[in-house]
Amino acid sequence: MEQLLFKPMSRVAICGGTHGNELCGVYMLKELQVSQQDRFRSFSLTTVLANPRAVDVCRRYTEKDMNRCFTNTLLSAPRTEVTPYEVTRAQELNGLLGPRGSEKAVDLICDLHNTTANMGLCIIAHFSDWVGMHLFKYLQEKITSAPVRLILFKDPPSEMYSLESLGKHGITIEVGPQPHGVLRADIYNLMREAVDRALEWAESFNSGTVFEGGEIEVYINVDKKDYPRDPETQELNAAIHPQLQDNDFCLLKPGDPAFMSFSGETICYEGEELYPFFVNEGAYYEQNTAFKLAQRESLLLPSISVKKQQ
Amino acid sequence: MSSNNVASFNEARRVAIFGGTHGNEMSGVTLVNLWMMNSREEIQRKGVDTKPFITNPKAVEKCSRYVDTDLNRAFTTANLSAPSGKDLPYEVQRAQEINRLFGPKGSSEAYDVIFDLHNTTSNMGCTLILESSKDHFNLQMMNYIKKAIAPDSCPVLLNEDPGLKYATARSVAKHSVGLEVGPQPQGVLRSNIFEAMRIILKHALDFIELFNEGVEFPPCTVDVFKVSERMDYPRDANGNIIAMVHPNLQDCDWEPLTPGDPMFQTFDGKTIPYEGESAVYPTFINEAAYYEKQQAFVTTRRETLAANAIRKV
Repeated sequence: MEQLLFKPMSRVAICGGTHGNELCGVYMLKELQVSQQDRFRSFSLTTVLANPRAVDVCRRYTEKDMNRCFTNTLLSAPRTEVTPYEVTRAQELNGLLGPRGSEKAVDLICDLHNTTANMGLCIIAHFSDWVGMHLFKYLQEKITSAPVRLILFKDPPSEMYSLESLGKHGITIEVGPQPHGVLRADIYNLMREAVDRALEWAESFNSGTVFEGGEIEVYINVDKKDYPRDPETQELNAAIHPQLQDNDFCLLKPGDPAFMSFSGETICYEGEELYPFFVNEGAYYEQNTAFKLAQRESLLLPSISVKKQQ
Repeated sequence: MSSNNVASFNEARRVAIFGGTHGNEMSGVTLVNLWMMNSREEIQRKGVDTKPFITNPKAVEKCSRYVDTDLNRAFTTANLSAPSGKDLPYEVQRAQEINRLFGPKGSSEAYDVIFDLHNTTSNMGCTLILESSKDHFNLQMMNYIKKAIAPDSCPVLLNEDPGLKYATARSVAKHSVGLEVGPQPQGVLRSNIFEAMRIILKHALDFIELFNEGVEFPPCTVDVFKVSERMDYPRDANGNIIAMVHPNLQDCDWEPLTPGDPMFQTFDGKTIPYEGESAVYPTFINEAAYYEKQQAFVTTRRETLAANAIRKV
């Protein structure tokens, strides 16, 4: 199979606090600045606290979810008095780490997130980014203390909306379960291992290592389900069923318990056989999402290596 | 009082169930909303007027712990007696309103019992919180609940040290009972946590019904965990946290912490051990809301409290 060549990862950015109450990233940035200064020679490492105002008040966002602010429309919107803080900040970050799509954009962004869902370590990448997928492959080979999975989003490039899309290559590192506003040592240590390995990969890539291709298993985001709600008030009238709770990535079949109503009835899943994830993510209640659903597929990665400078 | 004495109490006719004292603790918010809309039969008992009540509606709407200040610290004498007005922090206004509706605190018109429903990110299971070791009615209720849910356990946390206790919403009642169920993230509703809280309340209300019917409850003892000390995170000179609850301590609420045991872990992996004089029982380990209150966990010591026999007047 062909071998793809990419320019070196000369500029790498690690972002944390995109959601101000997802604490591993918030605390890790300072540690990375302190400990990584002399370690890597082949790239410059920048750490960015993406949403400082939200971090200050330990909330996901102050006016608008920052990780939905990186659409072309919002990045180019004129600023007025009513522009939400997060939109202004997203435009600043596009200037700092982008502009997206230009030569000046950083080579690699890793955006650090936590989830209340029992997802272990997930790498979220875009289906067009072989580098992101190779990063996942490397992490999955090196990290054995927790399950490592790849989630692919297939939005067309013009509709990308999240922070890591600013870079030429980008991944989200999503680790759970951790309550928002809480810093768990086991989750922090897992995320730290992922970041260290990602930086190790970049160094190795830049030095000329050929990363062999091969088959990887991926979860492709295809659908989502909302909670059952009272038709008049739109308030929830059921919770995630105990048999689904904490069972992210266990195949969900039609007829399997999905919700338990407040009066004790089981409400079953109706739909295709798919893999649930982000099961009972606290931030998704307001996005009308009880869980997302993925298809599991095998993908064949090409080999990749660095394009040697002429 | 010797254990031959029977403590008499008036019938508990007016009972309130508070939810949403912290707006992002979802079990209580959900249960109280459910009971306010329908399903009221679940909480009704003969001879008891049970009132479900959302204490902090603005915080519930925002799905945040509070709007201006923690409602569950707001029921101080100073706040309750301050001249009322819209300039007061929202939660102080609410405290005054709640004191009018369910108090006044310390008076004979106050509600007989208030249950305040809380969740915690700590692995505390179904914890009952007691504010006085001398409340024989509450002690008997907790003994009843513990027996009813056995072999499942229901730790009782006693917080009566004046330096450590705080002015809770439920303290306006004659008998205040805190229900603290976890672990559950803020803003999340877990089915098992929701159902567990519901069952505890059912037994509590059953106890009140039996008491009101004239049942005499014989003397008993109740094992409790008495709050001893608040432990903060290690911090640097600027007040920033420099270590996390150690993985060996995380989720180990109610298990003994012995001198030398791992307590915190720095960001570069070093262990900071517990250096107290004797074993303690930690709880509220890594509660999200307590980062800003400078508390990583509290230590407790085990005690056995004696409760007199009780019956209604």
